[in-house]
Order: sequence, then C-alpha cells, then structure tokens
Amino acid sequence: MKIKLVLLLFAAGCIAIIITSCQSEGEQMYNRYYTTGTLLYRSHCENCHGVNGEGLNDLIPSFHDSVYLRKNLGNLPCFIKYGLKAQITVGNKTFTGQQMPAQGNLTSIEIAEVLTYVTNSFGNKIGLIDAPKVNNDLAKCDGE
Amino acid sequence: MKRIFYCLAGLVLFTACHHADPTLPIYGKRELVTKTVNGKSEEDTVYATIPAFSFVNQYGKTITDKDLDGKIYVTDFFFTSCPSICPGMQRNMLTVYNEFKTDPNVKILSHTIDPKHDTVAVLKQYADKLGLSGDSWWLLYGKKEDIYDIAEKHYLVSVDAQGNGGFIHQGWFVLVDKQKRIRGSYDGTDMKQVNQLVTDMHTLEKESGE
Repeated sequence: MKIKLVLLLFAAGCIAIIITSCQSEGEQMYNRYYTTGTLLYRSHCENCHGVNGEGLNDLIPSFHDSVYLRKNLGNLPCFIKYGLKAQITVGNKTFTGQQMPAQGNLTSIEIAEVLTYVTNSFGNKIGLIDAPKVNNDLAKCDGE
Repeated sequence: MKRIFYCLAGLVLFTACHHADPTLPIYGKRELVTKTVNGKSEEDTVYATIPAFSFVNQYGKTITDKDLDGKIYVTDFFFTSCPSICPGMQRNMLTVYNEFKTDPNVKILSHTIDPKHDTVAVLKQYADKLGLSGDSWWLLYGKKEDIYDIAEKHYLVSVDAQGNGGFIHQGWFVLVDKQKRIRGSYDGTDMKQVNQLVTDMHTLEKESGE
C-alpha cells in the first residue's frame, strides 16, 4: 500500500517536471537572448545608463519610457551601431549636445540580445527582438 | 570549565563593544623638521599639502585654495564629453553631493582635463543637466598644464591626453582635510568605496582644523 503511494507521488513529480521543462522553442530563444543581453548590457551600457536603466538626470536618457522605446524600435539598432548625435526627447526630457558613442564592434545578434534585455527590463515588456529584425533595421539606418 | 567559558564570553563582549573614534591616515610625503620652541629644540612631522591654486568654476567665479580654508573637500578629474568612466563617477558623486549639499564646510571640486572643449559655459550647461545648484559642487576650468600638474604631483592622480575619448584618467575621488592634506582616495566607479568616502567625510569633518 505504502509503496503504491510512493510510486504515485513519484509519477506525479515526474509529470510536473516534464511539463515545466517543456518550454516552447520561442521561449527558449527569448531566454537565451535575454541572458546574453544582460551580460552585454553590463559591459557596454550600464556605466552610462545605470544598473536600473535610470540614465543620469538630463545628461543621459533612461530606459523607463516604454512609449519611446516602442515608437523608435526600428531606430534603436542604428543608435547602438552608429551612435547618436541628433536631439531626442525621452520621458519629457530633451537630450542635446552629449552624444551616445557608437558601439560599432557589436554584431547584429549582440545588438538583438542587448535590445531584448533593455526592452524587457526596467518595466518594459516588448518581447523578443531577434537578429534578422536587427539586420533589417540596420539596412535602413540613415547615414553613419 | 564553566568559569572559563564565562570569562571568554565576557572578553569577547568587551572587545566587541570597544569602538575607538577612527582617525584617517595622512597620505603623501612627510618630513621630519627640527624647530625651536621656547628655546628648546623639538622635532615635528610636516605633511605634504595641496599648494596654492586658482581655477574658475561653472559660475565664472575664481576659486582659490583660500576658498577652502577650514573646509574639507573631495576632488576628481573628468571631462564633459567622456564616454567611459565619467558618467558612473558622476552618478556616484551625486550621492556625496546630496549628502553634503547643505553643509557649507564641505565642497566637491571636479576639474576638467579637457579645457579646450570644456569652457566655463560648457561646464555650466553640464552642471545644469546633472541637476547641480547652489555652491557646493564646483566644476573647475583652468589652464591644462595647471590642472595636469596639480593632478599628478599633488592629488597623485594620473591623467593623460590619450586613450578612450582622447583622454585617459583614473576614477579616483581624493579626500582632502582642513589643512589641505590628503586623507583618502576612493575608486569613484565603485559605490561601496563611495559609501566609505561618505562615512570618512563625516569622521573628518569632526576633526579640528588646527
């Protein structure tokens, strides 16, 4: 009787593990992008934009303005690859003068990973940004 | 056996409760001089101090060493177009600024190492964007050779016109006491060390200026 109960519990446990470990392929890909993006953010972005994406007052924009990120999603890869000199308005603050330095050494997939991290952290929830999308956007950047 | 245990416990408690007021070390070269006091010869240690200087702050006001008499201050070196360690340093220095901005006896001096680009007007604009007001954090402009000289010879911070963004420099925050002696240096990019700086500043402020 006791053995039956143990076996039943064991089987239930196995089923539970199988269900939770069965992530969809999309989810796995998102997690991969997000995790690598976290590390890239730390080494390339955090010093200026902050641990919590808070920016620095009126000098460096924060990543807390989801509306801005969503509206300019297609331009973000260009900002990262080639830097940014133009004036932008993020979260009611206008940024001029200072420029974002180009991160020209990042590959398309790395840009996609870091963007997946930024656009799904700090209160943002935009979803996966993959390498083909970044390649597509980079082809449309105006000037360098 | 029990008695030994109580003795040990007492000893541990006693030593744990003993908090001496910490004194910060004094950095830089020191010399032993012999002077005559009341006809008797006495030996005294003379510590290196920051010499006279004259720079201009973001408001266009000339700031000299005299403006810091009897005050403690923290100093660092930066430039406004710095793409590397400066933003992190400034973010951490804001913590120091917010802690002491209403205290007239504490100042922050940030020297630009790129005076060609960072004119007084540029420094003022930068200060505004950083959210600085009042008279406690000065962004200082001066002749390049004067700034490099005081950085390397007196604050013992290395700066160089090369590297990332055209300049290379170290992210030290240097703490100076009321007699202009260096009492500490902290990695301005490391928040833990900056918190230690704030603690040390409170300690140093209580020291007499004599």
